[in-house]
Amino acid sequence: MTALLSLRGVRKTYPAPAAARGRAGEEARVVLDDIDLDVDRHRCVVLIGASGSGKSTLLRVVNLLDEIDDGQILLDGQDVADPRLDANAVRARMGMVFQAYNLFPHMRVLDNVTLALRLVHRRPREEADAAAVEMLRRVGLAHKATAYPDQLSGGEQQRAAIARALVHGPELLLLDEVTSALDPELVGEVLDLLAELRGEGRTMLVATHEMGFARRVADEVCYLHDGQVHERGTPEQVLGDPQRERTRTFLSRLAS
Amino acid sequence: MSETTGARPWSPSPLALERAAFRRAQRRRSGLVALVSTALVVTAVVLVVVGAPGWERARTAFFDPENAWAALPAILEGLWLNLRVWVIAGTVGTLLGLALAVLRTSRIPALFPVRALAIGYIDLFRGVPVLLVLYLVGFALPALRLEWLPTSSAFLGALAIVLTYTAYLAEVFRAGIESVHPSQVAAARSLGLSRAQSMRTVVLPQAVRNVTAPLANNLISLQKDSGLISVLGAVDAIRAAQIATTGTYNFTPYVVAGLLFFLVSFPLTRAVDAYQRRRGWGRSLATVTGGGDIR
Ligand SMILES: Nc1ncnc2c1ncn2[C@@H]1O[C@H](COP(=O)(O)OP(=O)(O)OP(=O)(O)O)[C@@H](O)[C@H]1O
Ligand SMILES: [Mg+2]
Repeated sequence: MTALLSLRGVRKTYPAPAAARGRAGEEARVVLDDIDLDVDRHRCVVLIGASGSGKSTLLRVVNLLDEIDDGQILLDGQDVADPRLDANAVRARMGMVFQAYNLFPHMRVLDNVTLALRLVHRRPREEADAAAVEMLRRVGLAHKATAYPDQLSGGEQQRAAIARALVHGPELLLLDEVTSALDPELVGEVLDLLAELRGEGRTMLVATHEMGFARRVADEVCYLHDGQVHERGTPEQVLGDPQRERTRTFLSRLAS
Repeated sequence: MSETTGARPWSPSPLALERAAFRRAQRRRSGLVALVSTALVVTAVVLVVVGAPGWERARTAFFDPENAWAALPAILEGLWLNLRVWVIAGTVGTLLGLALAVLRTSRIPALFPVRALAIGYIDLFRGVPVLLVLYLVGFALPALRLEWLPTSSAFLGALAIVLTYTAYLAEVFRAGIESVHPSQVAAARSLGLSRAQSMRTVVLPQAVRNVTAPLANNLISLQKDSGLISVLGAVDAIRAAQIATTGTYNFTPYVVAGLLFFLVSFPLTRAVDAYQRRRGWGRSLATVTGGGDIR
């Protein structure tokens, strides 16, 4: 059986800043360098790595929010990096939670959650509302359905963003640094939710700094360094007994 | 997930009461200071103006009640024309400006020539004085003798104003569109929304809200500039006032016209302020950017 998501030789560069262009040694910055990665169905792959190592970039290119320079992104065996494909339809099969949540400030939480159902999945209003309320209940936000995002706490915004990404039943869930802005108690709350999703057999690709989460729900951990997957394996292997020097340094810095 | 616990009964502590009393006293003191300083400024202005050597002559030349009353009907009739020009030019200009701004962001290749034209148009009309556009449209267009083109000076004047303000308003909307953070577009597209759908449901609503103030300013200045159509001979409030002053050397009708223009635009400015305050979202933005109730 093919993996739900496979990256094959994915390369992504960002152009050097305009100010530095043309100067010697200031070429395009390679953020993802020949990345191979598989996410099997019902599995959770966790990306770890230093700030700036390309975790968010990897999630963005999978979500087709950025174009790759080379390689293939296979979703269910189909190369979605092919520009001939309808990117909107591909994105509609995924759910993404952004590092900064990116909720729509001019819409109530409920409308944030129903937007894609109504516009992309063409569900009638009542049906979309019912599905959204159900999803908000799951993430413990049913009582905030009519609030605006800026009336929510950080953890509530996070959960609203998760509800928005989940409500259309995406095949693949992309989560970027889901707990970066939360205090420990809220982190626990959100991580419980994610563990629950994992238990339901969702397929997830998650970037995180939260090693506890990686240990708890990851089937595989990938350590990104220098644009490459520097080390990968089960959480026990990578986090417990890293084989490579860089990984050890990174983990020991986190621990201290 | 956490549930809200019932709030415990609360009665303000002596500390809170003492602070509330202090804030009240401070508000009273602020009010008093404001009142006194206003009285001082008003008195000073009145003394300077009324004490001026030419005051008596100025008063009869500019503030003559009888003259004002006599000129009022004609000026009001002229104002009615201004109002119609304002509403029509404002509506058309807003819609066209919005369309141009959106057009500039579109990537449909077939629209390239339209986009290029739009940009050229906006650059041109932002850089040319309204008065010049009025003269060109008002005198050059009729010279072309186009059968289908109405030649009333009111129509041509409105056309010139629409041409100018569409360019201004397009720039306002463009600034609004650019003020919406790219991450909002990313979030919308990530959900599978098309470019057009995210523009319509995510970008534009925020863009328009972000520029309500400059938008209203432009519409108010359009209302005032509707008076410029008088240079083409359309009998609007200003032209009516001008007619009323001929021969009398009394300029009161101009003051009347000015007062009427003000009476129309003032409620609008206030309405926009109130509207912006009332929106939960606008208010919270205000507290983010302006500090709101921060002591
Ligand atoms: N739009 C962009 N233009 C230019 N450079 C970019 C852009 N987006 C990201 N980068 C660069 O790419 C690199 C990887 O960024 P990315 O956001 O993927 O890191 P990250 O691993 O998610 O970091 P963090 O843990 O801080 O979230 C960084 O060096 C960043 O400066
Ligand atoms: Mg990141």
